[in-house]
Amino acid sequence: MSAGRLLRLVAVSWYLHLKMLHRSMFDSVMQVVWPLFFATTALLVYRATGDRDALSYAATGAAVVTVWTAVSSNASGILQRERAFGTLELLVAAPAPFSLSIMSIVLAVTTTGGYAVAATLLWSRFVFGVHLAPAWPLPFALALVATVFSFGVLGFLLAVAAVRYRAVFALGGALELPLWLACGFLVPVALLPSWLRPLSWLLPPTWGMQAVRAAAAGQSLWADLGLWAGSTAAYAAAAVWVAATVLRSARRHATLSLT
Amino acid sequence: MSVIEVSRVSRHYHVRSGLRWWRRQEIQAVRDVSFHIEAGETFGLLGPNGAGKTTIIKMLTTLLLPTAGSARVLGFDVASQPGEIRRRVGYVFGGDRGLYDRLSALDNLRYFAELYGVPARAQRQRIAYVLDLVRLAGRERERVEGYSRGMRQRLHIARGLLHDPPVLFLDEPSIGIDPVGARELRATVSALADAGKTIVLTTHYMYEADELCDRIAILRDGSIVAEGSPADLKSRVSEGEVVEAVVHSLPADAIARIQELAGVRSVTVRDLDRAQVLLVQTKPAAQLAAEIAGCLRGTAIQSLSVRAPTLEDAYVELVGGT
Repeated sequence: MSAGRLLRLVAVSWYLHLKMLHRSMFDSVMQVVWPLFFATTALLVYRATGDRDALSYAATGAAVVTVWTAVSSNASGILQRERAFGTLELLVAAPAPFSLSIMSIVLAVTTTGGYAVAATLLWSRFVFGVHLAPAWPLPFALALVATVFSFGVLGFLLAVAAVRYRAVFALGGALELPLWLACGFLVPVALLPSWLRPLSWLLPPTWGMQAVRAAAAGQSLWADLGLWAGSTAAYAAAAVWVAATVLRSARRHATLSLT
Repeated sequence: MSVIEVSRVSRHYHVRSGLRWWRRQEIQAVRDVSFHIEAGETFGLLGPNGAGKTTIIKMLTTLLLPTAGSARVLGFDVASQPGEIRRRVGYVFGGDRGLYDRLSALDNLRYFAELYGVPARAQRQRIAYVLDLVRLAGRERERVEGYSRGMRQRLHIARGLLHDPPVLFLDEPSIGIDPVGARELRATVSALADAGKTIVLTTHYMYEADELCDRIAILRDGSIVAEGSPADLKSRVSEGEVVEAVVHSLPADAIARIQELAGVRSVTVRDLDRAQVLLVQTKPAAQLAAEIAGCLRGTAIQSLSVRAPTLEDAYVELVGGT
């Protein structure tokens, strides 16, 4: 398949899966409403400090956390959902690269997390009066998108691992809270125990989040973005390799379908 | 060169059981199976549940690797050249699953057209063609969740034909469909065969196999126990006759008495809602109707008839009846 054809496949697949995710009114409303409870809790805690900067820190962190929550809880379940639909075997039996098919579904899930970001930022602005005024608005937005994209890549890795290991479905939920901490969404990585920090450095959202904070403060973000790009590319390459490996293994061990 | 060549293929699974200590058990799903299918042929795989039909289909569609032996589709090896095969075959299975219910039929077909690399310019025309072929034109903008089982099944076939594959695998396509839907489905499959497609069909319905298949392989416990045209298979039991009785509350000892009669080849009992159907295959010139009726003395007999064997009788004898 040519590059153009592959891009079209990702775009069409992303659009149709996004369409599917929005067919349930309940799910759509919950995607926007649920993150507000978390944002409210975080903002109430940080407001008690009386520090306006801390409140802005919490508002940005809470917005990003909601995307990770959406991705971690849904991405690892994508394969299970495809299994339940009976479409997993059809995706594998199709000539299109399997990893691209799954990547586009994860991107659709990540996109729904974007609504949560917007809802959280608006909630922070109008309910808690948090005026987010990043020093460099455009790089700030770019870094935010980069962070969200790295969630998609992590979700992609979780999703493809579920082809062979069904228990990964549970792992996605189990990783939700540790990443909040490890990536410095709500608490700076510098405050973590020194033995834990190398783990944070291995995670692309850590660098994305550091770039977000740097752009907000008017500091250079390019080194952080460089590290984000390198680590994200490494995770994406790992996910493509895992996809090919687990598919071979699934063909050998017959773990594709429920039957 | 045959379109499909299967040579001494086996496939086993490992299953684990037990809560505290897992026990690993090996299940032999397919054993040393060989067959070949020529271009334009409709080939049936028949057998009871668990006989290995679906496992064979999954190996040929590259979803499973054989644990022994080799298989080639259109000259490509199923183990080492899956990409070449996937581009050239269509895979359709029966039942409610395999479609995105929240999307319309049109969106489902658009999605699979992309997955199968149908060029963007050709998609609209191709989708319209397959919708028309399976008689779903005009209903394509409705969500699939509102479709009947027959409509879903026809949509499955449309999906399998999007990229115009020369080889089509149909795994129990008529399962759970009402008689009218099943007849329409058979008409569609028949039209595809007339168009020159090579079709591999698995089914539980003998009349379906009899009507559609040029050749049939009957599987039992993962092995092929018979292979040939429907007429060939029927001829294996056609020298005798079949005594069919519909009875109520059939006692077990009556079956034993019938089995002991000289000239009986096999005895099968099928449960209906309030009755049982007793099928007795006899050897040539045995003429056992009166003796069988004698064995059923004391049992309420609704009807008793003697007829020529069908493909189903051949199948029952080959896979083993009661």
